[in-house]
Amino acid sequence: MTTKDIKRYKTKPFDSWKLAKELRMNHYREIAESRTEKGKKLLIGGGTESMLGLPAGLGEYVFFGGEPYAASMSAGDPAFAVECMEATESAGFARDLCAYMRDYLGSFLLDRYYFGGPFPKADFYLQTHFCDTHGKWYQIVSEMVGVPYFSTDFVPLRWDETVEGRQQKVEFFTGQLLDAIEWMEKITGIKYQDELLIEAVKNEFRTTSLWAECAVLNQAIPAAMDEKSMYSFYILAVLMRHRPEVVRFYEILRDEMKDRVANQIAAVPTERFRLLHDSQPPWYALHIFRYLEKFGVACVGANYEFGLSGGWDYKPGEYLRPAVPPQDRGVPLKDREDACRALAEWWLDYHLIARGIRFSGPGRNALVMHMLKDWHCDGLMIHLNRGCEGLAVGQMEIRLALVEAGIPVMTYEGNVGDPREFDEGRTLARIDAFMESAGLKILEE
Amino acid sequence: MIAAVSTIEKFKNWVEHRHQYARDWKARTGGKLLGTFCTYVPEEIAYAAGILPVRLLGSHEPQDVTEPYLFGMFCPFSRDVLAQGLKGRFNYLDGIAEAHTCMHINQAFESWSIHLPVKSFFISMPSKVQSPRSRPLLAGQLGIFKKEIEEWTGRSISDADLDRAIDIYNTNRRLMWDMYNLRKAPNPPITGQEAMFVALAQQMVDKEEHSQALRELIEELKTRKLNRDPGARLMLLGSEDDDTEFIKMVESVGATVVIDDHCTGTRYFWNEVDCVGDNRLESIANRYLDRTPCPNRDWPDRIRFPRVLQMTKDYGVQGVIMIQQKFCDPHEADMPALTAYMKKAGIPTLFLEFDATLPMGQFRVRVEAFLETIGQEDLF
Ligand code: SF4
Ligand code: SF4
Repeated sequence: MTTKDIKRYKTKPFDSWKLAKELRMNHYREIAESRTEKGKKLLIGGGTESMLGLPAGLGEYVFFGGEPYAASMSAGDPAFAVECMEATESAGFARDLCAYMRDYLGSFLLDRYYFGGPFPKADFYLQTHFCDTHGKWYQIVSEMVGVPYFSTDFVPLRWDETVEGRQQKVEFFTGQLLDAIEWMEKITGIKYQDELLIEAVKNEFRTTSLWAECAVLNQAIPAAMDEKSMYSFYILAVLMRHRPEVVRFYEILRDEMKDRVANQIAAVPTERFRLLHDSQPPWYALHIFRYLEKFGVACVGANYEFGLSGGWDYKPGEYLRPAVPPQDRGVPLKDREDACRALAEWWLDYHLIARGIRFSGPGRNALVMHMLKDWHCDGLMIHLNRGCEGLAVGQMEIRLALVEAGIPVMTYEGNVGDPREFDEGRTLARIDAFMESAGLKILEE
Repeated sequence: MIAAVSTIEKFKNWVEHRHQYARDWKARTGGKLLGTFCTYVPEEIAYAAGILPVRLLGSHEPQDVTEPYLFGMFCPFSRDVLAQGLKGRFNYLDGIAEAHTCMHINQAFESWSIHLPVKSFFISMPSKVQSPRSRPLLAGQLGIFKKEIEEWTGRSISDADLDRAIDIYNTNRRLMWDMYNLRKAPNPPITGQEAMFVALAQQMVDKEEHSQALRELIEELKTRKLNRDPGARLMLLGSEDDDTEFIKMVESVGATVVIDDHCTGTRYFWNEVDCVGDNRLESIANRYLDRTPCPNRDWPDRIRFPRVLQMTKDYGVQGVIMIQQKFCDPHEADMPALTAYMKKAGIPTLFLEFDATLPMGQFRVRVEAFLETIGQEDLF
């Protein structure tokens, strides 16, 4: 079959892509400059599921998130990523530990920042723990750097959480957020301003809800956004969802998505088979998604980039939709206590990745099934990811559930950040076999 | 030659015939059996309802039955445990319970819940045990667990039931320390392998019965003399470890294991429930939060390291074997800092990575080499 024989949609690059890149690069520049006399600013390090808005009450600061930093280096310079991982392994850390953590630690140990200059050491570390690696990662870093560390413990809701259980978890997390504020005030000596916190958390709610809106717009056929564009877009919510310019970005993106959907502008002009992807990608091998496009396959979504910084209102078996920000629901946000409670509830109720990591099994399987249906997918592609034990949780059970339901599913082994654990030839061969079983051939240009 | 002590044989038999013991217990009492995936499951609450909690451990046999359910990067222990369930070895269980421990064993629990028809209980155990906020959360979660157990068994758990369970568990923990303390002697009256049988049996046998046997054992040990050179005094620490053959090998090449930091050892019976006030669930919660944490729960400060070091002093330890199950992220994350910590304290360490089955010959060579370095004078 040639491309002439199948339906061909209009396509064009995203206008927002340039702005996304600009915001991302400025962010990494800001991090480096925060360590210089000229651009000096409070630099806070930690995992990006940390409550980014929380330090906003201290005034101007920049957050250096470990995971997206590691993803950037693995995507942009895999050789450097390997150098970093080897440095970490030489320091005694096991090779099967979280690849992002090994990237990050190695960059610190080598004192080389991927975006140029020495590794930016934070003034303190702030983390949120829900994967086993989270709490340990910045314990290790703070000991090495010799600066203070605080981590909140995020105990996710079960898929069938009771009212009583939810209340306990909300109290637990709200209390810790309040503790974190007191702790930050104490170690920095800066007077905390609640109004700044309130603005920042409102932005977090807005950004994550907007990103979910963009994701829902991708249910359209043809899909307006493909996997590679998503990686460039979701990352801003991960890096700085608490900032007004990021809220603005997602409004622009949402509008552009609407426009593309209305005008049937496709990400993959030959779209004829839609896939959902599970787990992070092998960042150094994003071209596998280009390879899929040759078959007319569009990767239209993933639990990872949709869920990571997305606010999702999910009722198993009923709906999966963007959560409505508390400020739009009349939830009072007058003081610190209100803001922390609203933040705790937002993440507990609407953070699907954290819930899926703690509770895999039937709940997580049902979520994947739900996504496959809503995004009109023909199958699932699972990256059996040796670099992230968090997202590897439940993957084989999902595979099994899909096989039992007669839904096409393929797996490939790899590692989110470690190219040494990726066999490209084997992966492409698996894709070929999967395509063949789906009756798809490469479309001739 | 070690003189056979009948009481020790009893513990060994319990471990080696754990399934038979459980079946007999059930036939004898008519009670329910609850398989526990981790030592953070608050057993006192189940026990108060007449349930016998039994720890799920592996069998150390090669297996491939878990492949469709668990990705190969999950630790061999979690896969071995699931394999036991899938092979029907625990088909006498009425229920299973997990208190969030680590993602590996959680995953084994989830797969067991999906594929094996038993009632399952999950307790959201917080990880930041150092936060005072964890206390009300865990007490609340225990309240939910208690209600679920009551519904399941159809009987309510009274304060008197809880008091009785707490007392039985506390007594058993105290007796374990009494036995462990005897290992401080220059020539311990019990080998590490024997002590491991006692510790493993503790997690499989009714605590009252275990305590009864333990009392007898302690009496016997007071006068027992082992006709062997204790050699180097070692500590074992790290991931889950119930490999009695490994200890046997270590003790056959000139050493005695005198203490451990394992969830199959001291971390299981570390402390007692200290009943303060009327709220038993709060007291039980405090006990689990205050025990020596597994690495996953040992942040932001390090509570485990100083406790480990103190044990090396109390037990006159000359070297530490650091055991890590392959892919065990929690322990992997701690190993570099713990190795440095031990080095600073002048304690030699040997790192060994465990799989479900061990390359015993290779490990023997490494242990022998390690023991030689312990005995050596520092010449440089
Ligand atoms: S979720 Fe994955 S990438 Fe994130 S800290 Fe855990 S192991 Fe690392
Ligand atoms: S703590 Fe380690 S050994 Fe224990 S279940 Fe988890 S990964 Fe396995």
